[in-house]
Amino acid sequence: MRVTKRRSPLSDSNVAVQTSVHEDVHRPELLHHFADPQQQRNSASLGMWIFLATEVMFFGGLFCAYLIYRNWYYADFAAASKSINAALGGTNTAVLICSSLTVVLAIWAAETSRRALMLAMLALTMFFGLGFLGIKGVEYHDKFVEHHVPGPSFSFEHEQIPGHPGQYANPQHAEIFFALYFIMTGLHALHMIVGLGIFTWLFVMAWKGRFTPEYHTPLEIGGLYWHFVDIIWIYLFPLLYLIDRHP
Amino acid sequence: MATTTIAPAERENYLNKEYGLGSWLLTTDHKRIALLYLISITFFFFIGGFFALLIRLELLTPAGDLVQADTYNKLFTQHGQVMVFFFLIPSIPAVLGNFLVPMMIGAKDLAFPRINLLSWYLYIAGGALMMHAMLTGGVDTGWTFYTPFSTAFSNTKVIEAGLAIFIAGFSSILTGLNFVVTIHRMRAPGMTWSRLPLFIWAHYATSIIQILGTPVIAITLVLVVAERALHLGIFDPKLGGDPLLFQHLFWFYSHPAVYIMILPSMGVVSEIIACFARKRIFGYTFVAISSLSIAVFGFLVWAHHMFVAGISVYAALVFSLLSYSVAVPSAIKVFNWTATLYKGSIHYDAPMLYAFGFLGLFTIGGLTGLFLACLGVDMHVHDTYFVIAHFHYIMVGGALMGYLGGMHFWWPKISGKLYPEGWARLAALIVFIGFNLTFFPQFILGYLGMPRRYYQYPPEFQVLNVLSTAGATVLGIGYLLPMIYFLWSMRYGKPAPDNPWNAAGLEWQTQSPPTTFNFEKEPVVTWEAYNYDEIDAGHKEEVPVVG
Repeated sequence: MRVTKRRSPLSDSNVAVQTSVHEDVHRPELLHHFADPQQQRNSASLGMWIFLATEVMFFGGLFCAYLIYRNWYYADFAAASKSINAALGGTNTAVLICSSLTVVLAIWAAETSRRALMLAMLALTMFFGLGFLGIKGVEYHDKFVEHHVPGPSFSFEHEQIPGHPGQYANPQHAEIFFALYFIMTGLHALHMIVGLGIFTWLFVMAWKGRFTPEYHTPLEIGGLYWHFVDIIWIYLFPLLYLIDRHP
Repeated sequence: MATTTIAPAERENYLNKEYGLGSWLLTTDHKRIALLYLISITFFFFIGGFFALLIRLELLTPAGDLVQADTYNKLFTQHGQVMVFFFLIPSIPAVLGNFLVPMMIGAKDLAFPRINLLSWYLYIAGGALMMHAMLTGGVDTGWTFYTPFSTAFSNTKVIEAGLAIFIAGFSSILTGLNFVVTIHRMRAPGMTWSRLPLFIWAHYATSIIQILGTPVIAITLVLVVAERALHLGIFDPKLGGDPLLFQHLFWFYSHPAVYIMILPSMGVVSEIIACFARKRIFGYTFVAISSLSIAVFGFLVWAHHMFVAGISVYAALVFSLLSYSVAVPSAIKVFNWTATLYKGSIHYDAPMLYAFGFLGLFTIGGLTGLFLACLGVDMHVHDTYFVIAHFHYIMVGGALMGYLGGMHFWWPKISGKLYPEGWARLAALIVFIGFNLTFFPQFILGYLGMPRRYYQYPPEFQVLNVLSTAGATVLGIGYLLPMIYFLWSMRYGKPAPDNPWNAAGLEWQTQSPPTTFNFEKEPVVTWEAYNYDEIDAGHKEEVPVVG
């Protein structure tokens, strides 16, 4: 590591750089093309934030499609939304919020050298993630049994429109709802699976003792990703499960 | 410079440091990855060019004689898809950008070298899938994949092509991400934002479009593939879906994609004009900011592709007005380049000839874009050869001229060899003449009413079509020439000095070709960009000083 702190503000006054004394404290995690750990950490973090911006745009196209069809076919969307299990969806929301908490605790544990706690929290995060996918699997199974999966066997005949007794939803429009439901939650589930992969790797790294109070950047950016996937769900849940629901 | 004694043993550089296939396929050196991209996009350029050649040959005569209608549909579709997604979008960023962004800001590499390599592999995976789609039946939807034709009617390899572009899109996203982080975090001490070369500003703006635009076409293609595979109704009006939604989502990326092609080219032109006019770019700040504003405005004009598709008149009006606004930053650039030339000491080397070509052709392409942004005129020339001519003036006359100019300008740095200047000037001239002969008649054809995407046409259009085909032949020769003499120069070219153009910019302060980590000592920047007055006054500062 070089002793100079020449990176920070790139101002002209800062040009007088001290000769970097290559005392090369061995830091396996510092990659050769970075000048110091701070620069590497800032780069990794900015990289993840930009990646999340691309994810916002990626899901954004779907949210855009959803909003348009929800406006066009509100009653049919409400009827279709009523057929999915809000209790399971709500449980999953709670599960994900808990998992976000355990992620934060894992990072805090790394910062304060609590190795056992860090490992426990990482394991718990993965447990919640798997729990989410399990519950999601149950929901998908229900939809499959009810013939609500878009395709040749799709059926949504004689489904009441909420609040309008005697009126039935248009199956074609409901099929659009279910198509969006499966694509949106499916992509979200895919992101959860990727997240579980990342956290497995983080757990192994943590187990090997790679994370210290000074260096735990992978935990931080892995955590950013996990929180982001949670936030997507926080939007998906009310949009898909809670259209025109009244107790 | 030819008399400089060449050291008996060649200096170590990124090319001769290691040999063997593994040292290339597993490299994380941004310069080697740039060369991997160079080889791959050249391959796709010739594939796309081959389709273009067949299109022009078919249009030599009014009757449909060389190919049948379905084949012709595949030819223009694949010409577009290959050229847009596998050549133009990666061209300058992935080759010149990859090579130069770290060097110009004084960094050892991009921020994420392994992600950089990953992006090349994604490009290759997408390219391989595209080749597979083309070799096993092809695609005929037009490069635009318009629904419901692409999802419900076409009998061709839409799913493969869609997935190929989806995968290649992530390569583009990762390149953009890498550039933004690198430009933010990896600048050498003293390299402030206001000292950045305009090439860097242009790539920053490009990266923003890549980051924010590409994911939208990715999800759109996912929806098209899902709809086609599973018979969903999201874009199918028969099933309650909305085909206009597809067009909105598609153009939300594909309009800004034009700026992914042209902005880096503008960056190249800024470097070349400053160097060969021996002057600081006039209005540096305005040129820099105009790149960003093109990126921003570029996101607000997409529906001008849909004026006759049935969008509301009010929406069309707003998009028409917004489309004009792109002309403002574009004009700022052109005027500032022209002002840079004023009283400059101009050298007519090959890169400068390409830059001049860019100026003229981009101006024509840009001005005809204003015709198309005008609602009334667009009704008349929509989907005609006028549109074809317009966007080829931008994408070929602009983007490709800049790419070729940049390849010549930095070839000594990339290869360590000098290309033959006489041949290069000749090639630049041939490209310019061939290009205009190919595409100028198409403006007239379009204005007279010849629609795009038909393999036959009324006999009265034949003269102009023959001119266009003749021009395409000349253009083809103009593209083959640099290919030949670049390859020739790698073996027989004179060794290039470190700074053959006596140019400003950190990339010229290191050896040609550079070492793996670019600089012997980390450079410290104490001068403004394009300090040609200082360089030519002779008291050029002895560069990387401290270390």
